[in-house]
Amino acid sequence: MSDLNIMIVGVGGQGTLMASRLLGNVAMQLGYDVKVSEVHGMSQRGGSVVTYVKMGKKIYSPIIEKGEADIILAFEKLEALRWIDYLKQGGALILNDQQIDPMPVITGKAIYPESIIERFEDGGIRLFKVNGLQIAEECGNTKAVNVVLIGLLAATTSIDRDIWEKAMEQVIPQKVIEVNRKAFDKGYLLS
Amino acid sequence: MKRLMLGNEAVAAGAYEAGVRLASAYPGTPSTEITESIVKYQEIYVEWSPNEKVALEVAIGASIAGARAICSMKHVGLNVAADPLFTVSYTGVNGGLVIMVADDPGMHSSQNEQDSRMYALASKIPMLEPSNSQECKDYVKSAFEISERFDCPVIVRLTTRIAHSQSIVETADRGNHELKPYVKDAGKYVMMPAMARKRHVEVEKRMAALKDFAHETSLNTIQWGTTDVGVITSGISYQYAQEAFGDVSYLKLGMVHPLPYKMIEDFASKVGTLYVIEELESLFEDQIKKLGIKVIGKDKLPVIGEYSASLLKEKLLGIEQNKTYEIDNESPGRPPVMCPGCPHRGTFHVLKKLKLMVTGDIGCYTLAALPPADAMDTCVCMGASVGMAHGMQKVRGEEFGKKTVAVLGDSTFIHSGITGLIDVVYNKGCSTIIILDNSITGMTGHQNNPTTGLTIRNEPTKQVNLELLAKAVGVDRVRIADPFELKEFEKIVREEVEADEPSVIIAQRPCALLKGVKYEGPLRINEDCRMCRSCLRIGCPAIVDKGDKIEINNALCVGCKLCTQMCSFNAIVKAGDKNE
Repeated sequence: MSDLNIMIVGVGGQGTLMASRLLGNVAMQLGYDVKVSEVHGMSQRGGSVVTYVKMGKKIYSPIIEKGEADIILAFEKLEALRWIDYLKQGGALILNDQQIDPMPVITGKAIYPESIIERFEDGGIRLFKVNGLQIAEECGNTKAVNVVLIGLLAATTSIDRDIWEKAMEQVIPQKVIEVNRKAFDKGYLLS
Repeated sequence: MKRLMLGNEAVAAGAYEAGVRLASAYPGTPSTEITESIVKYQEIYVEWSPNEKVALEVAIGASIAGARAICSMKHVGLNVAADPLFTVSYTGVNGGLVIMVADDPGMHSSQNEQDSRMYALASKIPMLEPSNSQECKDYVKSAFEISERFDCPVIVRLTTRIAHSQSIVETADRGNHELKPYVKDAGKYVMMPAMARKRHVEVEKRMAALKDFAHETSLNTIQWGTTDVGVITSGISYQYAQEAFGDVSYLKLGMVHPLPYKMIEDFASKVGTLYVIEELESLFEDQIKKLGIKVIGKDKLPVIGEYSASLLKEKLLGIEQNKTYEIDNESPGRPPVMCPGCPHRGTFHVLKKLKLMVTGDIGCYTLAALPPADAMDTCVCMGASVGMAHGMQKVRGEEFGKKTVAVLGDSTFIHSGITGLIDVVYNKGCSTIIILDNSITGMTGHQNNPTTGLTIRNEPTKQVNLELLAKAVGVDRVRIADPFELKEFEKIVREEVEADEPSVIIAQRPCALLKGVKYEGPLRINEDCRMCRSCLRIGCPAIVDKGDKIEINNALCVGCKLCTQMCSFNAIVKAGDKNE
C-alpha cells in the first residue's frame, strides 16, 4: 500500500476521537508506521476540530497539508468546506450530511454557506454523502455516527474487512459493540 | 509491547521505566496528559500542585531526598517555576530530576509562544528535545541518567505537535532504582552567598563537561545522505525537514543545550548548502554563526508560528503548494464557545449588562472576551486579573474602581490569585474579585485542584474553603452567589462594586460537563414567542435565530434554564411538555 492520509474534521464533541482510534488500530494491525495528531485544549469547546491520521511505510510529519489528504472524513458540512483544500486530486470526501451552526451564524454576524454539497459535486469531487445521524438512530444509538462513517470509509479502501472488525473489537467498549457493528455494516454497504 | 501513544503518554511511560518515584505538575495545554498518564502507574506518587513553582519545589525535595522525580508544565508555567529553576541549577540533584516543558508554537491554546530553549541557556541546565513518541520515552530515560551523572536537573522540551501526536512506542519493564541515601550537605543544598559562589563554579565545570558529552552521546546523530545539502535541526522540525528535503544529510540534535560545536563544524565542512531549521527563536543559528559558519535559516524562515513540510518547501526550495480543488470555500469561523449550561454564561451576562470593566484571567472564561459575551478587557497570565484591577484602581481612583471587577476561576485563584488578593487588602484597595467556582479546573479537561476536595487519584482530601480563605486575608465582604440566579447575582455585583473596601464574590455553580451535573434535558420555544430575541443575548450556542423564528437545538441544549429567565413571555418550556 502507498501512504494513506486521512483527515477527520468536525465540531468539538462529535466523537471524532473514536474514529481516529479505529484508524490507528487498523494501521498497527497492518504493520504500518502511523501517526495520529490533533490539537487538544480550546478545540474541545465546540470549536472546529481536525485530526490527522497518516499511515504508510515510514511517516515523518504528523500533519497533513493542502492537497495531501486521500480521504477527508467530515462530520459536518461547513467543516468539510473549510478543509476541502486539503483533499488530494482524486481523493474521496466522506460527508455526514449535518449542519451545526457556528457562533457567528447563531448571532447573525455571518451566514452559513449555501449549497455546500452542490459546490462539491460541481467541483468534481468524489463525494460519498451519508445521513449518519439517521442511520445511527436506526441502529439504536445516535452516538454511532462515527462508526457509520468509518464503515463507509472502510469500503472505499482496499483494507481487508476483517481488520476493521478486529479494530472495533479492540477499541469499542463491549457493551456498545453490537450497535456499532450494525452501524459499521450499514456504512460499509452504502458505498 | 508496541503501542500507539501520545508524546505525553510516552513521557509518562519513560518516567515509569526510569523508576521515577514522584511526579508533580500543574495542568496546562499541551502538557496535561503527561501527568494524567502517570496516574495509571500505582508505583509513582503523583500530584497536582497549586502552581508550577510549588510543583518544581516538590520535585526538587524528592530529588534531594534521593528519589527520581519528574515535574511537568506548559511553557508559561516555566515562568512561574523559574525561581526554583535557576537555583536548582546550582544545588544540583541527588536522585535524578527531570523537568518537562511543553511549548506551544502557533499558540493553539496559549497566551504567548515563548521558546523554552532560552531557559536552558539562561539557567545553564541541559535540555533534550525528542522528535516522536518513541524518543519522548527514550529521552526521558536518558535525561535521568544525565541528571545523575552530571549532578544537575535536565529539561526535556516538547512542542504541541510532539506532545499531542500519537506514534508507535515500544514499552519495557520498570527499572529498579532504589532511593539514594540522603546526606546532609549545606554547602550543596543551602544556597546562601558563600555556598552559592562555590556552586556557581561547579555549574560552569558541569557545563564544560556537558559540552564534551554532547559529542559522545547518541542523542546527537548525523544521518548521512547526499552531501550537497546539510540540515541541522531538532524536534518536530526534523520531521518536517525530512519530508521536505528527503535524502540529504542531517545533523539531528537530540540535546539542544549545550550544543556540540565540534560536531557542527565537522558536519558543516562536509556538506554544501547548510540549512538550520528550528521553530521560534534562532537559538541554534546564532550559536552556529558565531562559529563562523555560513547558514541559511531565519533569513528565509519565520520566528513566528509553527513550521510545516510545505512551509520549508516553499521558503527554502521554492516549491509551490500542492494543487487543490477550485471550490469557493470561504467559511465563517467556528471559534470555541462556552458550552451549553456553562455557569460562566450567567456571570458574564450580568457583567456585560452592568457595563463593567473586567480584568480577566486564564481559563474557559477567557472566551468571554469574544462575541457574543464581549465582557472582558484584559488577560495576561494566571492570576493577573486581581493585581491588574488593583493597579487600575490606584491610578484612576475609586470611582473607576467601582466600575471594575477582576474575574478568575477557582483553580487560577489558588494558583496565583490569592497573592494578588492579599495585596489588595494590604495596600488598602477596594477592588471586587469574582471567583468563578465551577468545582473543577475546566479548560485543561477537568483536573481536581485544592478547592475540589479530591486528589489527582480522586481520593477525598481537605478542601480549601474559599470564603474562609478570603476572610482570613482580611476581606470582610465575601458573598456567595449562584450566577444562574440572574437578578440576585446582579444585585450582589452592584452592591459589591459600590463598596469602599475589597470584596470577593464566589460565583458558585459546577461546570455543566462534570459527571453528576444533571439538568432536566432539552427545552423548546413554543408559540408564545414574540421574537423579542432577549434569549439570544446570553449567547448560548443551543439557541438559534432562524430569521422568522427562534429555535432551540435539541441536540445541544442541556436544559440549564438560564434562557427562561430572559423570556418575558414564558415561551421557553421543556421539550416534550405537552401541557405547556
